[in-house]
Amino acid sequence: MGKTKESIMSNPGQKNIIQDKVITVNNLVKKFGNFVANDNLNFEVYAGEIFGFLGANGAGKTTTIRILSGLSKPTSGEVSVAGFDAYTQTEQIKRNIGYMCQKFSLYEDLTVKENIILYGGIYGMSKSLIKRRLSELLAKLHFQEYENRMISDLPLGLRQKLAFSVAILHEPKIVFLDEPTGGVDPITRRQFWESIYETASIGITVFVTTHYMDEAEYCDRISIMNDGRIVALDTPDNLKKQYDAKTVEEVFIKIARP
Amino acid sequence: MKRFLGFVKKEFLHIFRDYRTLFILFGIPAAQILIFGYAVSTDIKNAGVAILDMSHDEITEKLTDKIISSGFFRKTETLLNYNDIDRIFKKGKTKAVIIFEHDFGKKLISEGKSSLSIIADGSEPNTATLVTNYTTAIVNNFTADLAGPTLNNSLRISPEVKMLYNPELKSHFMFVPGVVTLILILICALMTSVTITREKEFGTMEVLLVSPLRPIQIILGKVMPYFILSFINVLLILVLSWLVFGLPVKGSLILLLAECMLYIMMSLTLGILISTVSSNMQQAIFISLVGLMLPTVLLSGFIFPIENMPKIYDYVSSILPPRYFIVIIKNIMIKGTGLMYIWKETLILIVMTVVFIGLSVRNFKIRLE
Repeated sequence: MGKTKESIMSNPGQKNIIQDKVITVNNLVKKFGNFVANDNLNFEVYAGEIFGFLGANGAGKTTTIRILSGLSKPTSGEVSVAGFDAYTQTEQIKRNIGYMCQKFSLYEDLTVKENIILYGGIYGMSKSLIKRRLSELLAKLHFQEYENRMISDLPLGLRQKLAFSVAILHEPKIVFLDEPTGGVDPITRRQFWESIYETASIGITVFVTTHYMDEAEYCDRISIMNDGRIVALDTPDNLKKQYDAKTVEEVFIKIARP
Repeated sequence: MKRFLGFVKKEFLHIFRDYRTLFILFGIPAAQILIFGYAVSTDIKNAGVAILDMSHDEITEKLTDKIISSGFFRKTETLLNYNDIDRIFKKGKTKAVIIFEHDFGKKLISEGKSSLSIIADGSEPNTATLVTNYTTAIVNNFTADLAGPTLNNSLRISPEVKMLYNPELKSHFMFVPGVVTLILILICALMTSVTITREKEFGTMEVLLVSPLRPIQIILGKVMPYFILSFINVLLILVLSWLVFGLPVKGSLILLLAECMLYIMMSLTLGILISTVSSNMQQAIFISLVGLMLPTVLLSGFIFPIENMPKIYDYVSSILPPRYFIVIIKNIMIKGTGLMYIWKETLILIVMTVVFIGLSVRNFKIRLE
């Protein structure tokens, strides 16, 4: 994991070869009536990067994620995700991304195996591929004995790991994690971040929102949103230097509550 | 298509793993049919009557025979004088006493009228009303037979009441169509609204929307199992009411099933609409139960005739889909009429379905924005 992280962290600016950009956002504006939820956003996300998307509640993060995941269309601006246009190619975008939200997104009354078969099927994976991934996944997570257990019988930490694995089952180019660690204990959170690193190391871009500032430190780059605008975007270290702060938390507080 | 089928399969798994859902789907309809059919029965069968015959002529004996052999009554005692009446009611087994006056038959022949009293046990008003009505009907019938076409008005009792289609006023005839109507709209609307809001509440709806499944596939996938199961339910109710109550389907069975499918579809779209306006399961359940069950029972014509309601309730009931389906199902099952007589109601249901779909799509889009 370290290698990938280092290389991107040291030179994020140099990785702007066109193939390596998985998300490009230029002058994105999203209005609901008179309310401007996203006001002229500009940013890029690189392949294999862990991109932290921070901001207070109501800052406009959710709106942006919905646009990036093809659920909602921008009012104006250019948005491209995994090489597809957010206005016209939402279907292709959906095929190439994974998504996991705070609520885990697994069906509690289905078994581990059934959940995996369901999601694999929804993403159009062949039966044999699903079967192979299933056994790989179970082996990797030491989950074999849980194959036919209901999700409701699993402890929270395991459920979360499994939900993440399911979100990247179809090997998307980007996975969106919307506050994936809400309400989870510190040890589980730590383990979860280990799997995030692992995912990024195989080239899947991780786009993560969080309210935990210690987690923000783990990201390759973070953007901080306030009132619909991106007010800061850099590596955690650079931001700390720029704002003369010891932690990302201090940076966040300085920006979000001036 | 493969994606879609996998999704439908998952919905079936949800249903079959949740015994509460299964119970609501199949237990409640069966229970309702049996409860409404038996316990809330408004029929009488073998009600005890006592006879006080002051005349003892050929006619009174014939009439007594006719009443007792009708199947509705059974003779508890033959009384000798008026004093016995109070005593026999207190015993409790007798619901009514029928009294023929002195020279009943003689008067009838010579004067063209004679009188008969029915004294019923008013402490059970429903039974009392039924018993007197049934007796009156039998007496009228008897008089008509006796008098023939030439001599009307020979025995002055209450006006003739004729019950077309349900001559014995069997209450199952009224309840079975009503229960089908109630059950289908309740189950379909309740179940779909709950199953869709459950996905919202658990956050799985987000994930499905982000997936390559189209919204229309998600919704169809969610309601398809309920469509199939509700249809099985209809068959079950029909078979049950045929086996237990001997209720036949007089009209075309195919037409009946087609109309049921339409009604199921209407109810499912109503459920989808409810799910788009409710943010959690409790809300969906509340809207479905209070918003559908009470009006259906009270205002659809299921129990209380719409004609007898104040105009305002008539207007309210005209926006209730069950009102139209009850007319359809009663017409087909009991009167045996064809589409010719129910096309208006059918059309209204189709229009309602389209409106519900339109509103749901609009609400869904607003939510997605």
